[in-house]
Amino acid sequence: MLDDFMVRAALAGIGVAIAAAPLGCFVVWRRMAYFGDATAHAAILGVALSLAFSMSIFIGTVIVALLMALTVSVLSGRGYAMDTLLGVLAHSALAFGLVAVSFISGVRIDLMAYLFGDILAVSRGDLAVIWGGAALVVVLIGWRWSALLTSTLNEDLAYASGINPNREQLALTLALAITVAVAIKVVGVLLIAAMLIIPAAAARPLSRTPEGMAIAAGVIGILSTIVGLRAALIFDTPAGPSIVCVAATTFLASSIIKGLRAAA
Amino acid sequence: MSLVQVEDLSVRYGAKTVLSRVSLRVDQGEIVTIVGPNGSGKTSLLRAIIGAVKPSQGRIVTGTGVKVGYVPQKLHIDETLPITVSRFLKLPNGVSAADIDQALTQAGVPDLSKVQLSQLSGGQFQRVLLARALIGKPDLLLLDEATQGLDQRGSASFYQQIEQVRQDTGCAILMISHELHVVMSASDRVICLNGHVCCEGTPAVVASAPEYRALFGTGTGGALALYRHDHDHDQGHDHGDHTCAHDPAHDRNDTEAAE
Repeated sequence: MLDDFMVRAALAGIGVAIAAAPLGCFVVWRRMAYFGDATAHAAILGVALSLAFSMSIFIGTVIVALLMALTVSVLSGRGYAMDTLLGVLAHSALAFGLVAVSFISGVRIDLMAYLFGDILAVSRGDLAVIWGGAALVVVLIGWRWSALLTSTLNEDLAYASGINPNREQLALTLALAITVAVAIKVVGVLLIAAMLIIPAAAARPLSRTPEGMAIAAGVIGILSTIVGLRAALIFDTPAGPSIVCVAATTFLASSIIKGLRAAA
Repeated sequence: MSLVQVEDLSVRYGAKTVLSRVSLRVDQGEIVTIVGPNGSGKTSLLRAIIGAVKPSQGRIVTGTGVKVGYVPQKLHIDETLPITVSRFLKLPNGVSAADIDQALTQAGVPDLSKVQLSQLSGGQFQRVLLARALIGKPDLLLLDEATQGLDQRGSASFYQQIEQVRQDTGCAILMISHELHVVMSASDRVICLNGHVCCEGTPAVVASAPEYRALFGTGTGGALALYRHDHDHDQGHDHGDHTCAHDPAHDRNDTEAAE
């Protein structure tokens, strides 16, 4: 079964969708959308460094994404407006990453594959990394779920319950770095944030509990992957962007449902 | 037995000292109110007690087995986060449905458990926060300007609820309030804070203390005075000796005059 590239692609996409669903909900609830984007953009620098030092791309991107996230956390307390800071860091990291990649001689790199993903070329090894990473993220967030949720609602309430919100934030940052690293192959650095935010945003009007929203986001992400891949095959369109287009369509549909409900 | 004892507490944010050498204690069943101008460190004091800020000096001793419930200032729940009242009350460790019903009843909002947090009115939200604090059956309840954003009727009925809670559960209450008329009628003890403890004692004693009058004015004494006055008074003055020195009954006329 794994011999079929379409099956591998679907499994890769589903793995990313499962990791992105609960994490994406927190990104939406905590208004971290741009933060996710910045971490993802930094990953291209991670790719360059991984190639330069010939280490695994997964490890390289996790490290750089994590460094990026930590830099933002540290600097945000120093008097910069968050959106300015993220705007500077996200695009600088992307630019430095692209420049760094150009220095690497000897290896012919398909840059497009890292920017937009190359889901149809997912190997068995990639699949193992993606599912391993996704499992790690789901376990991490599942383990910290209640504490994270409490910290998201209010930091002082968290402290009063004996939870340290800074530690929870770190867990979330780690989960984000891992998700970015596994999602590069599937949708590429430019569209990772879309996989985080769009399914969660589409799930919002359909949910009454935080857990319900995470599950709905997962279902929407999985369906978008399957339908998007199918559409890419039929219309001969790029696979990663097609998946995001389908997710965006579900967002539109759920927004319309929400609007109709409000009008009723 | 004191439930919580704050000893010589200083809190600093960077170079700015917000609390310097504050000591206080709350005993079983008392209602203690902290008053003070904006920026006087009231919220920092409560946050230090729940462990949200680290003291730069001094310490906070909570009695063994003493459970603390905390009601924050008005809190904002993001519209994107769907959560019902009962799910909110279960965080972070899960409690039984019976406990949730009991806490909501004690807080005066028995029918809200299935409602989304984002649909609550201001008054309902404060009561849900109160219910959340009551769920652990606290010995000490901390309230940080719990009636901010409520109209006069709303806040009066909220304080009645607090009084009811104390009668039902016997828990002590340490609260911050801007509403001096409430403070003066409901508290056993008042602590006037302005970076340090200016003065402290029964409402009547505090109302007649010169430090308190320097902060809140005489005559009108009500909430208006709080905003009208300049709060830069000298921190270096000596004011140790009048603390709790008076018989409350003796000063009743002063209190009334101050209102």
